[in-house]
Amino acid sequence: MYQYDDFDRAFLDERNRQFRHQVERRVDGSLTEDEFRPLRLMNGVYLQLHAYMLRVAIPYGTLRSDQMRALADLAERWDRGYGHFTTRQNIQYNWPRLSDIPDMLDHLATVGLHAIQTSGNTIRNVTADHFAGAAADEIADPRPVAELLRQWSTDHPEFQFLPRKFKIAITGSPNDRAVTRSHDIGLRMIERDGEAGYEVLVGGGLGRTPLIGQVLRAFLPKADLLPYVEAILAAYNAAGRRDNKYKARLKITVLEGGLDAFRAAVEAEFPARRAAFTGVDQQLLADITTFFAPPAFRDADVGLLHTARAVDPVFRAWTDTNLHPHRRADHAIVTISLKAHGATPGDATAEQMRAMADLADEHGYGELRISHEQNVVLPHVPADALPALHRALKAHGLATANVGLASDIIACPGMDYCTLATARSIPVAQAIALALQEREAEVGQLKIKISGCINACGHHHVGHIGILGLDRAGVENYQITLGGDGTERAAVGERTGPGFPADRIVPAIERLIDAYLDLREGADEPFIDTYRRVGMDPFKAALYDHAEDTADAA
Amino acid sequence: MSRRSFAPKVVTANHLLDGDVVYLSATGEWVRDLARAELIEDEAHAQIRLLDAERQKNVVVGPYLADMAPTGDGPVPTHFREAFRASGPSNRPEHRRAPPAPATPDPIVAPRDTVRQQDRQTEGAL
Repeated sequence: MYQYDDFDRAFLDERNRQFRHQVERRVDGSLTEDEFRPLRLMNGVYLQLHAYMLRVAIPYGTLRSDQMRALADLAERWDRGYGHFTTRQNIQYNWPRLSDIPDMLDHLATVGLHAIQTSGNTIRNVTADHFAGAAADEIADPRPVAELLRQWSTDHPEFQFLPRKFKIAITGSPNDRAVTRSHDIGLRMIERDGEAGYEVLVGGGLGRTPLIGQVLRAFLPKADLLPYVEAILAAYNAAGRRDNKYKARLKITVLEGGLDAFRAAVEAEFPARRAAFTGVDQQLLADITTFFAPPAFRDADVGLLHTARAVDPVFRAWTDTNLHPHRRADHAIVTISLKAHGATPGDATAEQMRAMADLADEHGYGELRISHEQNVVLPHVPADALPALHRALKAHGLATANVGLASDIIACPGMDYCTLATARSIPVAQAIALALQEREAEVGQLKIKISGCINACGHHHVGHIGILGLDRAGVENYQITLGGDGTERAAVGERTGPGFPADRIVPAIERLIDAYLDLREGADEPFIDTYRRVGMDPFKAALYDHAEDTADAA
Repeated sequence: MSRRSFAPKVVTANHLLDGDVVYLSATGEWVRDLARAELIEDEAHAQIRLLDAERQKNVVVGPYLADMAPTGDGPVPTHFREAFRASGPSNRPEHRRAPPAPATPDPIVAPRDTVRQQDRQTEGAL
């Protein structure tokens, strides 16, 4: 994995020193809140409902074990003993004191982590497939490219004051696990006639205007990536609306002006940008790539895994849901669920973070990943280490066998923490997980995603079942969408109809599940396929036959 | 606006140093306990108190007037957002700063929770 060099370290130390002085000047009154706010946001510091919140970037979701331990240190020394992994492969601390944050950032710097550009109208943490570098279905590892983009975008002078925030995601697999079509720029690593390159998507996004990204360039040669991305940013920086915050994202620029006009603007910008790059970026990429060499895989005895599966049904259930095919047949990708039934999705205690770091060292070559689905991944685990790993995870409350199932719910912090929220989302996730626990194995693959406001941090638009919490005349009300999909078959979910009050949303979801079990053609037809086959009507009937359960039509 | 239609208010903000939710008391102190906040029933007085708060730029961040209802135990929120601010996150009871305020929505429960908890106890006994 990437290791900071002297330049990186010096840059980060200087940046942290500047922020320490900015905090001091805010505290002694030299800076007003209006002056300080953009400075703290550039460094990942929000003021939330009950406290400050520090959002730390986990670049492209990749962590070394020592970095995970540092995240645990922050939770323990400066927060309340836990952290919250987010839907953009970041971690948030909910209770830091303002004056402690510079110390937290210095501690992060010792392991090459930072909170730069995790907020503000800048290029945010570049996200990637959480199985990158490990998945059997991968064409190329996207992480070196993501690191190149991180270095290029960090403190890029031209793009510090964009019309609005800007999100880039990249995948090296045809099976899109990075929700690339819901990003301002989605990059898909592809090959054409033996040549490596990218399919470039633009204008995707969730929020109040959910849009699926469109193809800006069907094939971009590998060497043109940075100048082309820079041309996109430059065109957006010039054309993006600054008069209305809600129309300022690239997706609106593309929607209002049309894809062709935006493409023309990018292509007009591109030649000069291309000429300015002398090839140093490709040299840098080559250097970065050496850091992402696969670990020295040892041979593993797959027989041991089969024996353990045969004798231990709990272990077998866990391997059925929480493993994914690795590029080596004798290894597996392990997803550690942070979705224990009834727990807060994405929360991990300092003790759990340390346990995961230790287990990564013991069984997984010291590597970890954070998924946008708010779970932790051990990307490389030898098959014969799985039983021991499972036993250890159980001891730390980390062996929940529910990855991809109904209780593996994405939820934003919602009204319990967030100033933007219009309703709670975490308690809805907790209650649904408990309600569906007993039959989720029967239900099979299902993605439920919950947002506590229209900004859609919980990705509800791309949930097979999406739930959006709103404030209707001072009362929480939950709208349901169906048929959303965040993969290569990306789709925005369709609203079922009137929303449900808080005490009726869980029974409503249970009725949807009942309907699905009746409608499906067999256990191998997942919810999303049944929905695509039968459409909205039967689900609508299941929801609204109990007319007393809905609030008045909103 | 007529005086009759003015909803009672408190001045609230977040503390600059720790981000805590704070309220302005009648004696001008910033207090963490909503019960000790000054309940303001006069619109002109509310504006003056808000100006007082806004001048304290190095003590609090983002002061504003929040609607409250008067009770024998002091002001209580009329909207659930203020109820969450007053009492803390509902998902982590250990981080509550006060008992749930009256406007706090009920916990969201799985309908079959009770049954399942009995099941668990049985499993534990085995």
